Amino acid sequence: MYQHSEFDRAFVVDRAARFRDQVHRRISGALTEDEFRPLRLMNGVYLQLHAYMFRIAIPYGTISPDQLRQLAHIADRWDKGYGHFTTRTNIQFNWPKLVDIPDMMDSLAEVGMHAIQTSGNTIRNVTADHFAGAAADEIADPRPYAELIRQWSTDHPEFQFLPRKFKIAISGSPNDRAVVKSHDIGLRMLSRDGVTGFEVSVGGGLGRTPLVGKVVRDFVPAVDLLPYLEAILSAYNTVGRRDNKFKARLKIAVLELGIEHIRELVEARFKEIRPQFDGSDQQVLAEIATQFRAPDLVSGRGTEVYDAARKADPIFRAWSDTNLHGHKHPDYAIATISLKKHGETPGDASSDQMRLIADLAEKLGHGDIRISHEQNVVLPHVHKADLPVLHAALREAGLGTANLGLISDIIACPGLDYCALATARSIPIAQQIATRFDELKLEHEIGELKIKISGCINACGHHHVGHIGILGLDRAGVENYQVTLGGDGTETMAVGERAGPGFSKDEIIPAIERLVQGYLAVREDASETFLQAYRRLGPEPFKAALYPAKEAA
Amino acid sequence: MARAFEPVVISANDLFDGRTIYLTGKDEWVPHLRQAELITDEEHARHRMAHALALSDHAVGVFLAPAKAGPDGPEPGHPREAFRAYGPSNYFHGKQAEDA
Repeated sequence: MYQHSEFDRAFVVDRAARFRDQVHRRISGALTEDEFRPLRLMNGVYLQLHAYMFRIAIPYGTISPDQLRQLAHIADRWDKGYGHFTTRTNIQFNWPKLVDIPDMMDSLAEVGMHAIQTSGNTIRNVTADHFAGAAADEIADPRPYAELIRQWSTDHPEFQFLPRKFKIAISGSPNDRAVVKSHDIGLRMLSRDGVTGFEVSVGGGLGRTPLVGKVVRDFVPAVDLLPYLEAILSAYNTVGRRDNKFKARLKIAVLELGIEHIRELVEARFKEIRPQFDGSDQQVLAEIATQFRAPDLVSGRGTEVYDAARKADPIFRAWSDTNLHGHKHPDYAIATISLKKHGETPGDASSDQMRLIADLAEKLGHGDIRISHEQNVVLPHVHKADLPVLHAALREAGLGTANLGLISDIIACPGLDYCALATARSIPIAQQIATRFDELKLEHEIGELKIKISGCINACGHHHVGHIGILGLDRAGVENYQVTLGGDGTETMAVGERAGPGFSKDEIIPAIERLVQGYLAVREDASETFLQAYRRLGPEPFKAALYPAKEAA
Repeated sequence: MARAFEPVVISANDLFDGRTIYLTGKDEWVPHLRQAELITDEEHARHRMAHALALSDHAVGVFLAPAKAGPDGPEPGHPREAFRAYGPSNYFHGKQAEDA
């Protein structure tokens, strides 16, 4: 993975020192809160319901064992012994004291980590396919490009005060695991006539106005990527609305002006900008790419141990059925560690769990760890012969849950338990759904089903792209949950449709149970997923299951 | 008809550790809602709010939080305020743990 250069190191250390000075000035009274707020937000420091929240970047979801151990150390020393992995592959600490955050930043800087541009109206942490560099279906590892974008966008003077926050996602595979079309810019790698390039989408987003990104150009050669991105950002900086925070994202500009007009602006700007790029970006990219060299995978070791364990151990078989994905090398697998144990908080990992994952990654996974936007941890390179040992160690630590892609593998935002913006809780709803379907012993029978829960209209829990989406709202001081159906966060992205009136917190779990039972009753056979059945039948049978009394009346 | 004024307390977050704090009738910022001054009059709320802003050197984001009278002092008047007052529901952390 990418190792910070001397420039990166100096930059991160300097930023931490500056923040220490800013905190000192705030506490001394030299800075007012109005003056301090934008400074802390530029460094990922929010003020939430109970405490400050510190959001740390995990660029394109890639993290080393030493970095993960340092996060565990930070969790123990300055927080409450755990961290929360987010849908943008960051990690958040929920309980830091302001006066401790500069020390936390210094600690992060020791391992090449930081919180820069995890907040504010800037280009945020670039996200990527969490199987990058390992996936069997991959054209090329997208992370060198993601790192190039990180370097280009970090502290870029033109893009520090955009109309609103700006998110970029990149996928190196035709199968989109990074929800690229829900981003301001979505990049999908393609190969055309032997040339690597990207389909570039703009104006995707979730939040209060969910929109699927539109293709602004169907193929941008990789050598033109940075000037093309710069052209998009430049156009956005010009036409993005600054008069209304809720209409300031690029998606609104695309919606109001039309993709054709945006395309004209981007292409005109690209023509101006392109000559300014003299090829040095490609030299940097080439240097970056050497740091993403594939690990030395072992051939000829055999996978008999794996095959035997699958036959002998039904628990291992269940885990390997759900939590493994195809690797480029036939003797290897991509192993996903579920942070969704039934009844636990989605995305949370204790410091002990972080240390264990770091150790296992070193021993069995070529030292490579990824954080997925689905709030799980991925070991992308595990030899199949090592999987039984891996699984046994994970199980012992409460990390062996066999539920990837199943009903209990729920994305949930922090919701009203923590978030100052939230209007309802998300976490307990996720916990109760997972616990209920575990009791019913139905989740493997149900098969692939993605539930995503947001505690407010800002949609950090990606509810719009859940097969079943749940949106928590405040209805006259009471938590109320709306259900959306048919969302999809893959290459066939779709925004879910609202099913009807919302449910109280006591009604929502039975409603989801009715909905899923309704699906089981109408599916053609066990191979037809919830989403496939929804697309075949439309919403009516699902609405009938959700609202039986209304149907009877 | 004008909507009746709902009772409030003055609340904020502490600058140093971010914890929820409340203003008492004696102008002290305290961690417990039950010790806060319950304000039931709109004019008095305006006056106290202006006063709170003037003395809020370590209180961040001062605002009027919905509350109601309870046997031991003010209680939360909205679910959001209940979480602020006691802590999250997924872990025994925050005020609920400090008070245990």
